[in-house]
Amino acid sequence: MTGFMRDDPRLVGGVERRVFLRQTLSLGALTLLTGCDISDQGGVQRVLRAMSAWNDRAQSLLFGGQRLAPTYREQDVVRDFRYNAFFPAAASPKLSAAEYRLELSGLIADKRAWSVAELHALPRETQITRHVCVEGWSMIGKWGGPRLGDFLRRVGADLSAKYVGFECADGYYGSIDMPTALHPQTIMAVTFADQTLPTAYGYPFKIRIPTKLGFKNPKWVRLIYVTNRYPGGFWEDRGYNWFSGS
Amino acid sequence: MTVRATINARAHPRPTPLHPLSRRIMHWINAAAIIVMIGSGWRIYNYYPALPIHWGFPYPYTLGGDFTITEALNNDDGLANALLWHFAGMWVLTLNFLAYVTIGIGSGHFRRDFLPVSPRAFVRDLWAALHFRLEHRLGEYNAVQRALYWGALGAILVTILSGLSIWKPVQLQQLTWLFGGYEIARVVHFCGMAAIVGFLVVHLSLTALVPKTLVAMIAGRASERRHAPAGERR
Repeated sequence: MTGFMRDDPRLVGGVERRVFLRQTLSLGALTLLTGCDISDQGGVQRVLRAMSAWNDRAQSLLFGGQRLAPTYREQDVVRDFRYNAFFPAAASPKLSAAEYRLELSGLIADKRAWSVAELHALPRETQITRHVCVEGWSMIGKWGGPRLGDFLRRVGADLSAKYVGFECADGYYGSIDMPTALHPQTIMAVTFADQTLPTAYGYPFKIRIPTKLGFKNPKWVRLIYVTNRYPGGFWEDRGYNWFSGS
Repeated sequence: MTVRATINARAHPRPTPLHPLSRRIMHWINAAAIIVMIGSGWRIYNYYPALPIHWGFPYPYTLGGDFTITEALNNDDGLANALLWHFAGMWVLTLNFLAYVTIGIGSGHFRRDFLPVSPRAFVRDLWAALHFRLEHRLGEYNAVQRALYWGALGAILVTILSGLSIWKPVQLQQLTWLFGGYEIARVVHFCGMAAIVGFLVVHLSLTALVPKTLVAMIAGRASERRHAPAGERR
C-alpha cells in the first residue's frame, strides 16, 4: 500500500523494458549469468533473512529516540504529492466520520474506541518532512496531527512493550518498535498540507513517521495495538526489512 | 624475475610472497562483495532510477532472483531480495574495506607499493601504456596502476559513505547534508558505482593481458618464466 505503487507508469514501462531487454540479451552468452542468481534458494533466503534480523538490531541501536528528522520550509512542500498504494486511488477505502471508530487492543489500559471528532480534538503537531520510499523516490510534505506517543500515554499503553501494531481498512498491516512510536515526530496525521487528510492519503488518519521508510507509514488505520509478540507487516512478510529506519 | 625483483629477493633472505595470504583473502572477499553490491544495486536502481533518463539495467545482470519464482515465493517481484542482498553485502564490503585499509597503512603496503604517484610519472607511464610499451613488472606497480588503485579505494569510500547517507538520512543527517541532501547523495552513490565499474573494466582487462597477476592473487606468487629458472625461486 504505502511505499509502493503497483500501477505506476514507470513500472509498466519497466515491464516492457524487461521483456525487450530479455529478448535482446538472450542473444548474449552472458545470460548464463541468470543461472547464477541464487537469491531464491532456501539456504540463501535463510542467510539473507538472518542478516535482515541483524540489521533490525543494528538500526535500533543507531536510532536516536530524540534525534529529529530534518525539517523543511513551506516552499519546499511538494504540491502534487504522489498517491501511493497497490490499488488505484479510486479504490481507496472511503471511511465516513459518522461510522468510523479507531479500535484499541493489546497492552492498553483504556481500550475505548475513538471517533474522528475525538481524534481531531487532540492537540496537534505540524511537520514538514521528507517521505522516503524504499524504492528510492522521496517527497517533502506537510502533515499535522497528535503525537502517537502522547496518544499512547493518554490511553494507558504499556510503554515498556516492544511493538506497536496497526491494522488498516484496506487490509494493510504493519508494526513499529516502541522507541519509534514514542519519537516526538511520530504523529497520527489528520491533516495534509493544512487540509483534512484526503481519502486517497489515508482519511481519517495515517501514521506519519519521518524516521522510517514510506511503507512504515500506514494509512486508513482502524486498529492500534501494543504487544510483545512480533507482529510483522504487509511488506515485511514479503521480505522487506522490518525496522526500515531512515 | 626482473632485475629489480631479483635485487629485492637478494636483499631479503626469506622473501615474503608477492601478496600475503591476508591480502589475497581480503581481495577475494572484496571481489565477491562488490559483485553482490553492484548486482543488487542495479536492480534497486531500476525501481526508481536516480538519473533522469528512462533506462534501467538489464535484469539478467541484476541480483535478486527470478521474477516469476520470487513472485510465487514472496509475492514480490524481486526488490525485497535485492535489498536483502544489498544490506547484507554492505557489512561485508565495509568491514573488509576497513580491515584492508588498516592493514594497508599499518603494514606499509600502501606507502611501499602505492606511493609515490607523481603527475609526471603518471603521464609518462600512461603514454607508454597507451602505446603498449609499458612493461609489466610483477610485484611493482607503475604510476598508472598506483593512481588507479587510489582511485578505486576513493570510489569505494565515497560509495560507502554516500550509501550510508541514503540509508540513514535522519540518523546520519550531517553526512547526508555533506553530500548535498538525499536526492544528490543518490546520484553520488550512483557515480561511485560507475567509477568502481570503470575500474573493474580496466582491472579485468589488464588481468586478461597479464594472467600471471591472477595466479599471484590466488597463489601468492607467480613465476616469470622468461627470466627466472625454477631453481632460483624460493
